[in-house]
Amino acid sequence: MKQMSDQLDLTVDGEGSTADGRNALLEIRNLRKRFGGIDAVDGIGFDIEPATITGLIGPNGAGKSTTFNLITGVYRPDGGTVRFAGEDVTGFRPNQLAKRGLVRTFQITRELNEMTVLENMLLAFKGQLGEQLYRSVLPVLRREVVEQEHELLASVWEILELFELDHLAHEEAGTLSGGQRKLLELSRALLTNPEMLLLDEPMAGVNPSLEQHLLERIHELHGEGYTFLLVEHDMNVIMEHCERVIVMHQGQILADGSPAEIQQNEAVIEAYLGGEV
Amino acid sequence: MTADDGGRLSSLAKYVPGFLTASDDRPRWLDDLRLILLATAVVYLTFILLGLIGGLSINGITRELQAVTLLSASIALVVLALNLHWGYTGLFNIGIAGFMAVGAYTTAMVTASPDARIPGLGLSLWIGIPAGMIAAALVGFIVALPALRLRADYFAIVTLAAAEVIRRLYNSSSLDQFELFGIALGTGSGRGIRDFPNIRNTVSRHILYADPGGPSDPYPWGQLLFTIGEEFDLIAFVIERIVYTLFIIVLVILVFVLLTRTANSPFGRILKAIREDELATKSLGKNTNRVKIKAFMLGCAIMGLAGIVWQGSRGNVTPDLFMPIITFYIFIALIIGGSGSNAGGVVGAVLFAGLLFDGPPMVERAVNNLVDLPRTNTMNDALIGLANLDPEVFFGYVMVQMSSLRFMLFGIVLILLMIYRPDGVLGHRNEPAAAIDLRKQQAPDHEETNEVDETDE
Ligand SMILES: Nc1ncnc2c1ncn2[C@@H]1O[C@H](COP(=O)(O)OP(=O)(O)O)[C@@H](O)[C@H]1O
Ligand SMILES: [Mg+2]
Repeated sequence: MKQMSDQLDLTVDGEGSTADGRNALLEIRNLRKRFGGIDAVDGIGFDIEPATITGLIGPNGAGKSTTFNLITGVYRPDGGTVRFAGEDVTGFRPNQLAKRGLVRTFQITRELNEMTVLENMLLAFKGQLGEQLYRSVLPVLRREVVEQEHELLASVWEILELFELDHLAHEEAGTLSGGQRKLLELSRALLTNPEMLLLDEPMAGVNPSLEQHLLERIHELHGEGYTFLLVEHDMNVIMEHCERVIVMHQGQILADGSPAEIQQNEAVIEAYLGGEV
Repeated sequence: MTADDGGRLSSLAKYVPGFLTASDDRPRWLDDLRLILLATAVVYLTFILLGLIGGLSINGITRELQAVTLLSASIALVVLALNLHWGYTGLFNIGIAGFMAVGAYTTAMVTASPDARIPGLGLSLWIGIPAGMIAAALVGFIVALPALRLRADYFAIVTLAAAEVIRRLYNSSSLDQFELFGIALGTGSGRGIRDFPNIRNTVSRHILYADPGGPSDPYPWGQLLFTIGEEFDLIAFVIERIVYTLFIIVLVILVFVLLTRTANSPFGRILKAIREDELATKSLGKNTNRVKIKAFMLGCAIMGLAGIVWQGSRGNVTPDLFMPIITFYIFIALIIGGSGSNAGGVVGAVLFAGLLFDGPPMVERAVNNLVDLPRTNTMNDALIGLANLDPEVFFGYVMVQMSSLRFMLFGIVLILLMIYRPDGVLGHRNEPAAAIDLRKQQAPDHEETNEVDETDE
């Protein structure tokens, strides 16, 4: 229900059409990044369509996290382009991308340790009145800021209950367990009202029942029109929950297709699944 | 979380009677005020006691109290600004003295008479003081623009270097007198600027007298103060000083409110988030560079103001009023109080000024009045005395050298703090950054279950 209008816009300006005529939300072309002598990301390209769940897999060191960092502006690419919602966003800073609705979580969680769960969550809302210094300090204007804080807090409580974090609301984020931090990061990212979420190993360290819970949430959000790209190690998760899987190996894309296709792909089995199957 | 009751109950307040301890139902500012008054009371009682032992008159004790209050309030002004930089945002600014210098010098240059030896613009203090603050903020902007891209430790080096460059520029003979767009100006190099209004006198006389130039013809409130003063044998000069001290206290209150509002707001939340993890903050869509620059400039403006009403308030400024040691004092005060809390900062300022800075000379006077110690002048003699089991000789040395031994005291206090109270005297005070008191918020009873999607703003 959220991105329908955006999709129409894309059709009109004709940008972002993929080969089969559908519109891509995220388009990656020939992206590269070198670290010293290593081609961490070596000329990859793919499109992500709106309201899809795509899995990005590959052995350790394949370049998945680096790809995320390039897309979200943490690193500057050495070459290639990133387009989001039809706009060339190559080299944009993380805050510029988050403003446009491209939001990510980190493999190693980056919760704000000395801030409580409530503070962490409240930070996420975009365009808060009180982010303007003058509104926060001037007597009459501050009243509106206080009012808005109450409104935002109501939304925070809802999502905390949904993620079963409400009993931790007053704890400092640094005291949470690894799994709780993953949940905090995901729910915080959701409060930014994103178009697309890039999740770097969201299930790592999350206990199985929470993991199930998290996956259900992702499917619900998917139903609401959110787009997901997720890096995940657990093959079952990827195969069961993603519509499409992109496999990276040594900085390149090895295969790209439906889970069933990937499972049968010779190169993938050799390079990656070989040991397990 | 520490065991101190949600971070509110300070360890200090635990040992005092109920009316002075913090409570969850009381507003935050009342708790803060309570702590500050408690620290002030400790210093005042110490001073009155030492003053009486030292044989001071009421006039003398009042002057000492006024002096220590003025120093505390002046330091508090800068500590609050540093707390905005370092405590809330994590900007390690060790160039404080430089920004204070820019404030004081700009005010001096704007208000000095055009006919003076070092000519100025001859404008009123109403223009001069804001001009000084704006100049300090602009210099802060120039320093911050390149430096904010650097890592925290490099940022510190840049601010320190900037402060020294600023002081040396004011000291430089090439800027002694110069012309800017055809207007004669000057910094007076090493001798500084002398011919601009004495802010202390100007402010207090404007408050007290209808004819401040005289000064004569006091206002009714002025008359009242003088009458009360006569009861205690206080001369007009002391009353004027007290009034100026009150003026600085009002400034501290205004800055306190301004910065507490800044911290307890969505803006302050971004500052705190930057301190914790800047990349995570950026990834949530916050323009951290812009926020950092705003916070840095605001803090610099307040440092400029402090430079004006503290070192620059006696009608002359010289470069050596702004040595790096000033920055060091401010850091000690903030560390004592505990960075991250405005109330802690003010308490730190009061304890530093009272017990560490102005306290030792009071002790010296009291001891000299009580006992007749030998005047030992060298540490060698003192140590020989100690070795000969003659502590009098040693204590005599301590008394003679009290004002320089203070610096050792600072070091000892810092080391003890690091060991026993690394979060400051008040302990860990992590105040949630929001315009409403988050500690009191509870999850609503959920009759209606809304969808996440409705969190859209
Ligand atoms: N900041 C960095 N500096 C140097 N090398 C890096 C950096 N980040 C990643 N790499 C290297 O790039 C390659 C890809 O890493 P990464 O993207 O983290 O892999 P993945 O997330 O798929 O496990 C690895 O060889 C890794 O060592
Ligand atoms: Mg990785």
